[in-house]
Amino acid sequence: MTTISSDFDVESVRRDFPILHQRLLGDVPLVYLDTAATAHKPRSVVAKVVECFEQYNSNVHRGIHQLGDRMTTELELAREKVQHFIGAGSSDEIVFTSGTTMSLNMVAHGWARKFLKPGDEILLNSMEHHANLVPWQLAAAATGASLKYIPLTDDGRLDLTTLDQLLTPRTKLLAVTAMSNVLGTINPVAELAERAHAVGALICVDAAQSVPHLTTNVRSPQIDFLAFSGHKLYGPTGIGVLYARRQLLEAMDPFLAGGHMIREVFLDSSTWADPPAKFEAGTCPFIEAVGLGAAIDYVQHIGLSQISHYEHLLSVRAHEQLAQVPGVKIHGPSVEHKGAILSFTVDGVHPHDLSDLLDRRGVAIRAGHHCTMPLHELLNLTATARASLAFYNTMEEVDALAEAVRAARQVFRLK
Amino acid sequence: MSGTQDDLYDDHILDHFESPYHKGHLPQPTCSHSDRNPICGDQITVELLVDEHDVVKEAFFDGKGCAISQASASILCEAIEGKTLQELRDFQAQNMLDLLKVRLTASRQKCGLLGFKVLKTMLYTLDEQREPASSG
Ligand SMILES: Cc1ncc(COP(=O)(O)O)c(C=O)c1O
Repeated sequence: MTTISSDFDVESVRRDFPILHQRLLGDVPLVYLDTAATAHKPRSVVAKVVECFEQYNSNVHRGIHQLGDRMTTELELAREKVQHFIGAGSSDEIVFTSGTTMSLNMVAHGWARKFLKPGDEILLNSMEHHANLVPWQLAAAATGASLKYIPLTDDGRLDLTTLDQLLTPRTKLLAVTAMSNVLGTINPVAELAERAHAVGALICVDAAQSVPHLTTNVRSPQIDFLAFSGHKLYGPTGIGVLYARRQLLEAMDPFLAGGHMIREVFLDSSTWADPPAKFEAGTCPFIEAVGLGAAIDYVQHIGLSQISHYEHLLSVRAHEQLAQVPGVKIHGPSVEHKGAILSFTVDGVHPHDLSDLLDRRGVAIRAGHHCTMPLHELLNLTATARASLAFYNTMEEVDALAEAVRAARQVFRLK
Repeated sequence: MSGTQDDLYDDHILDHFESPYHKGHLPQPTCSHSDRNPICGDQITVELLVDEHDVVKEAFFDGKGCAISQASASILCEAIEGKTLQELRDFQAQNMLDLLKVRLTASRQKCGLLGFKVLKTMLYTLDEQREPASSG
């Protein structure tokens, strides 16, 4: 076995996450390996949310009173934190949404339905989460545009050998995940952005999985649309972000209509507020947004490069350990091309049985198609088991995963 | 603790999973139906050969999925042979769960009841088809 050295102080980090220190049925410690589904929240995030509720909860942008002022200031501060975290040029380019799904739907409605015409093409690929697939299907059906797919290599990466044929002046949008939520594949977003722009297409990046684990910069390469969720970034649920370049936000139609998104309302027509307000109709989840700001502070305090480095070491160990278990197949590219996500199958043990048996040992993984039915179709599998790691996991937990898989095989009487 | 988790994968379930009863297809089934659990993709087909007295002569299943869904379909087929269609109409989800002899959590009940659900839908369709014939 490789010896892995890291000066990352995981024990100290774990103290920030009270949820990790619990014992489950059968008095086994929790081993949480499902961060790709949702991440845990450090105390500082919980404390910030409680502070908002207890000290200055008040609707934003409206009341001219002290609480309203304070809440609005905190909300706009959170917006600036997001801006700096992803390298955007202005906080006006940060739209608060309810999550990745909402952000992508906003682009599909406000941009695609407005600008696409019959004959136009959207370039996708089959590793996408349903959230970055189904909205485009609907937009294509509504506009007469068609969907094209970049093929995948056998090991689950984008096969770019035919990209020149696929990217043509008809291509108006390339929508791609920065990191697959199943295979962990890290896609070459910089190259894709450059090549999409070369034919006049825009790029829309589903960054739900990448933002919590890799450094993001929307200006290098130049990204047109970028979506992510707060709850996968150690922040609250119900909050997410759509980044779009200012000209795009100005050109797009609003998605939801109502209060706050208007400039002037007459009886038979209205004009829109400037972005981001144009896309934030109604009362936005302002406390969740402030919680997201606190989560970004937390991640930056630890350091994304430290996080990436340590998670990679965990991932290497997990791959090594699991590969030694007979009958285990890990799907997707080799460890250097991916984030700390392992989707695997075990000969003779269905993923659901596996996750059930692992759960008895406190090991929380996920089984199913993980909202990627076309990808599973391609892999010729109905389901996979997925373990996803975060910087609060330990090497011992990774070993516990492999051990629990061995034990599950024994229950199934496999040699 | 009785019926605790660790009994779930007991010999009864695993034996049926490894050596299922009547897994495959009937050459000429009287009726058949398939369904899948959209969440996990587990899939079950049930086929029955029913005689003129409405008695199930043979029951077969086929499918893909977890041990619980596949073993319970096998247990179901074994249990329903020799029963009348009326007895099958009276057969309830709880009867199916009792046959499994293990306690399932809410999320695993969907697995354990997949074959049962397929059977029930099949009976319902069969009755629908017979209805117009008998009434006119
Ligand atoms: C790659 C990817 N895209 C989109 C989503 C959807 O995110 P949300 O459910 O937070 O909108 C997820 C989360 O499951 C994801 O992993």
